[in-house]
Parts: sequence; structure tokens; C-alpha cells
Amino acid sequence: MATTGTRRQNGLAKALPLLTPAYAWLTLAIFLPLSAMVYFSLLTSMSPSEQSSSLTLANYAAFFSDPLYATLLWRSLQLGLLVTLICVVVGFPAAYVLAKIFKGRAREAIFLLVILPFWSNSLVRVFSWSMVLREGGILDTALNAVLPFEVTFDLMYSFPAVVIGLVHSYLPYMVLTCYLSLQAIDDALIEAARSLGASRFTTLRRVVAPLALPGVLAGSALIFIPVVGSFMEPRILGGRGGTLYGTVIEDQFTAVYNWPLGAALSFILLAVVLAILLVSAPVLRKAA
Amino acid sequence: MARVEVQNVSLTFGAHKAVDDVSIAFEDGGFYALLGPSGSGKTTLLRMIAGFEFPDEGSIRIDGEAVENVPVNRRRIGMVFQNYALFPNMSVEANVAFGLEVRGETGEAVRRAVAEALDLVQLGALAKRRPHQLSGGQRQRVALARAIVTKPRVLLLDEPLSALDKALRTDMQVELKRIQREVGVTTIFVTHDQDEALSISDRIGILKDGRIVQEGAPEEIYDRPKSEFAATFLGEANILSGEVSGGRLQLDATTAIALPQGTNAAPGRLRCAIRPERVRIAAAPTGVNGDRAGQLRGTVVRRLFSGSASTYFVDCTGREMKAIVQRGGGADIVVGSPVALDWDPADLIPLPAA
Repeated sequence: MATTGTRRQNGLAKALPLLTPAYAWLTLAIFLPLSAMVYFSLLTSMSPSEQSSSLTLANYAAFFSDPLYATLLWRSLQLGLLVTLICVVVGFPAAYVLAKIFKGRAREAIFLLVILPFWSNSLVRVFSWSMVLREGGILDTALNAVLPFEVTFDLMYSFPAVVIGLVHSYLPYMVLTCYLSLQAIDDALIEAARSLGASRFTTLRRVVAPLALPGVLAGSALIFIPVVGSFMEPRILGGRGGTLYGTVIEDQFTAVYNWPLGAALSFILLAVVLAILLVSAPVLRKAA
Repeated sequence: MARVEVQNVSLTFGAHKAVDDVSIAFEDGGFYALLGPSGSGKTTLLRMIAGFEFPDEGSIRIDGEAVENVPVNRRRIGMVFQNYALFPNMSVEANVAFGLEVRGETGEAVRRAVAEALDLVQLGALAKRRPHQLSGGQRQRVALARAIVTKPRVLLLDEPLSALDKALRTDMQVELKRIQREVGVTTIFVTHDQDEALSISDRIGILKDGRIVQEGAPEEIYDRPKSEFAATFLGEANILSGEVSGGRLQLDATTAIALPQGTNAAPGRLRCAIRPERVRIAAAPTGVNGDRAGQLRGTVVRRLFSGSASTYFVDCTGREMKAIVQRGGGADIVVGSPVALDWDPADLIPLPAA
């Protein structure tokens, strides 16, 4: 017992130099600012002119007093769900083809196309969508060139535009996480299912999908959480229709300069997302 | 249970001819081994019978029905994979039930069939376990139960024992044979292990470079190999080559050995094989020349003791010969001793020119 104890301590001592940089960075970059934000969210005011700033829960109460915030949060959650769902539907088949059908060079080439969006600036990507989606834009012109009848096509400043922009930004995460879990599935398992009489669809449903579920869930979490709090795509592509919970928070920090309210709204979002993950975890674990 | 007939089947991968004009019939209820080195096309042939690969040419018939264009899930075959391929997300029971469920069977019938199959492989007690909680041998049994529970027309095994250690492998060979007898299903077994092929199967097909070199009962192939490859791949063999003249094989200017009686080999070059256990070895004084037909002289260069037998490696003026002597068959001969090798000419197997 004593020896194992010392050995474990030795292991920790050896691990410490490897762990410290990451944890020190996380402490500095996340824990400290977050703690500061908690403090801000409890202040009455942060303007330097008013000397008498005191602690209050009013900022949190504001969320409950005005139904607009809850409505916007609900819309943001729906948006998160919709974008995540579209990413699963579009991303999973792509990941399946990448992991199970393409081999060698073809796989590398297609893989590159998937991660290509990461190489360009995200703001540029969103603005380029505005050129595609607006009336007289690329999509409108192309459709009118092909179709025999006149159509006016203007998705700019609409909810669908926000969804399109967000799916574009976050789809690679889904493809990558699904690819990783699909690639780990032994091809012999699929062949075994087929040899036992299962059709392609049954094999997908009973063998491939359950085994790929962890990847789908990881991708969903990676997408759902930032999409619920997203503000850039809604603001640029959504116009007036793009007012969402994330944009309201951003306004508090950049336009209204009501940092305490912005901080409080952020923590309410954090709490709601955590609650959703906590509630869904056991259900999903059972499914997996 | 069915007869499987493969006729003139070829399959090319790019520039590589994996299976080259193969014809072979697997009789109903037989236990067949496809034996060959890696790259010989044995697994590709099995995968074509299964329906994972489709032949470029030729036909595959199961019970007279042409299946070469039928997808794997409608061929009613059972397959056991090299790495078992058990579904890790399902219990042992659910793994075995899978094939029945996808056929639309439910309830009591499935439960009974699964229990029966697990009893057959003696794993009834582990039905609720997950695959990762089982040993290699147990996983192999589950894979077997899963493959036979659907009453397949033919059972295909792709090197199923190669991942097991030697002792377990021997047990599983016996077990596999017993289960195959009990179920009576036509079984095709791919292996690169010659001992396994010899001990387990009713018939063996030897493959090389995508072709069937020889097909027959294990004893038949062992006793009468038709080529040097068959002789050396299935068991061990000394190969002697020389010039045929007057019923004798002239190995070199000074040495000739007798050919078996009735050999009507045309004059010219001929290769013969002799099994090491057929070679008798005796200490001989130096300086005495070969005086009898079918005899070679040489010096022992190495001796390999393997318990029940010893293998002597004898250098006969540049030609290495192996002789296996059972324990108790005489005193040991020390390395470096001059010896005389002798055999019954009838044990010499003339090999047709390859």
C-alpha cells in the first residue's frame, strides 16, 4: 500500500510540469475574467462618474421582470437546436463517406475541403454570405440566369440567412467529430451485420449510428453552445430579424455600456445551457 | 446447408489479379480449408462467396442458385471474422439475436434459438455479458453462435483462430469440428496455417497467386502433392531434382537414386519430393561410397530436438536433406557425424514439372 501511495505521488510529481502550463493558462484566461464578470454582474453601476456603486441582484431580476429577455433566450435556444440539427443531417452523411467510403488521396482532398473554412477569417466568411444572399447577389443572379421565369430572391436580413451563416460556420465541427467516431468503427462490424442479413439501412440504424453517437453528441455540444450565444452572424445576416439573446448581451457591452446587465445575462445563459446539458446527459448516456 | 459451386471466377484489383480463373466445388455438409500464403487470394475467394466482393468473371452458385449478383445480406450465409467483429454496443445475447431480429423474427422463437446457439458453444452462462468482458476464445464462440443461429446455407470462416494463442487454438479446432458436425453446415475455412488445415478439414484447397494449385483430402495432398509448392507448403519435404535415365534419377555425376516402381517418367529433368519422416538415418563410416540405390551420404550439420522427435539436417555434398526420427527410434546421432540416408523408393513422390 505504502509503495503504491508513493508511486502515485511520484506520478503526480512527474505529471505536474506537463499539466501546469495548461491549467495556469486556463486559470488566467478563463477563471479570473469569469470571476471578475461574476463581480460585475452584481454591481449597480460601473460608470466611473458614479462613485457609490454597491452590490445588488437587480441585474438578474431584470431578466425576469422583462419578458423580452426570456423570449429572446427561447428564440436563441430554438436557433441553436435548429442549427445543430441541420449540422447533424448534413454533416453525418459527409463524415460517413469520408470515413468509410473514400480511401487514401481522395479522402485527404475531401477532408481538406471540409476544414478549408477554418483557414479564412470568420468575419470575412459572414460578410461574403451577404453578397451571396442579398437581392441582386450571387444566388439571385445565378437563379435568374438558370430559371426560365423571373424570381426575386432576397434572403438577406432574415432568420434563414442567420441559420445558413451559422450552419456554414459550425458544420466542420460536426463533420470532424462524426468522422473521428465513424473512423473508429471496425469495417468488419459493418460486414458482420450485412452477413447476418441486415440491409444497409438496418446496419446504419442498429450498428453504425449507436457506435457513432458519441461523436454526434460531441459535435452537437460544440455547436449548440456557441450558437445559442452567437451574435456576429445574427447581427450581420439577420438585420432587424436577427435580434437574439447573444446580440442583446453584446449590445450591453459595446453599445449601451451596461456591463453589469450584460454580465448577468451572460451568466443566466451559462446556467440555462449547463442545466440543459445536465438534464440531457443521463438520457443521452442511456441512448448510447 | 448447401452445395457451393465456384466456376471460372476471376477478380482483379487494379493491376493485381487476386483470383485467377478458379473453379472449385464445396459439397453439402463438407468442411473445407482454403490454404495458402498471404496474397494467394484465399480471403478474396471467401469474400466473393460471402458477397463482399463481386467477381469480374465466372459464376458462384449456392444450391444451384446463381448468387454472384446477390448482395451479401440476401445470400443467407454465416461468417466468422478474424477479429470476431462482435457488436460492442450489444450484449452477447443481443449479438446472437441480431441476425434473427433483422429477419423479422421476434419474441419467444428468438429467445429459444439464441439460448440453443449459446448452449451449443457452451456459453449459456455468459449471455448477459458485453463482448469486452470476454476472453478471446469466448468471443470466438459468440461469433460462431451468431453466425450459425440463422441456419445459414454455408458457414464462412476467415482465419478465425489466428488471434488465439496456440493451446486455445488447438482446443477451438476440436470444438469447431464438433460444432460443424453437429450442425452439419457446409463450412469453408480460410487459413494460412497448414497444421490447422490438415487437422480440421475434410478437404483442402491450396491456393497460390490466385489459383487453386491442388484440391483434395488432407491425406491425399500430403501423400501425393502435385507440385513442389504443394509439397513444401503442406508439410515439410526434401526436394531432389535430377535427370531421368533408366528408371533412376541421376542427381549429379556420381549419385543416382531409384525411382518408385512403375514411374514412367520421360527422360529429362524431374523433381521429386520425399517427406523427412520417411528418410531413415544411420551412422556410417567415412570414406565408403554410396553402394545402394536410394541412398545418400552426408554429414549431420544440425539437430533440432522437439520432444517427440528429432530433425536432423544433413549436408549431402551441398544438398541439404532433412530427416525426422521419432524419439526411441534409435540412439541420437551427434552433429558432425557421417551418416547414410535411406528410404523406400516407393516413398519418393515425382512432381510434375511446374
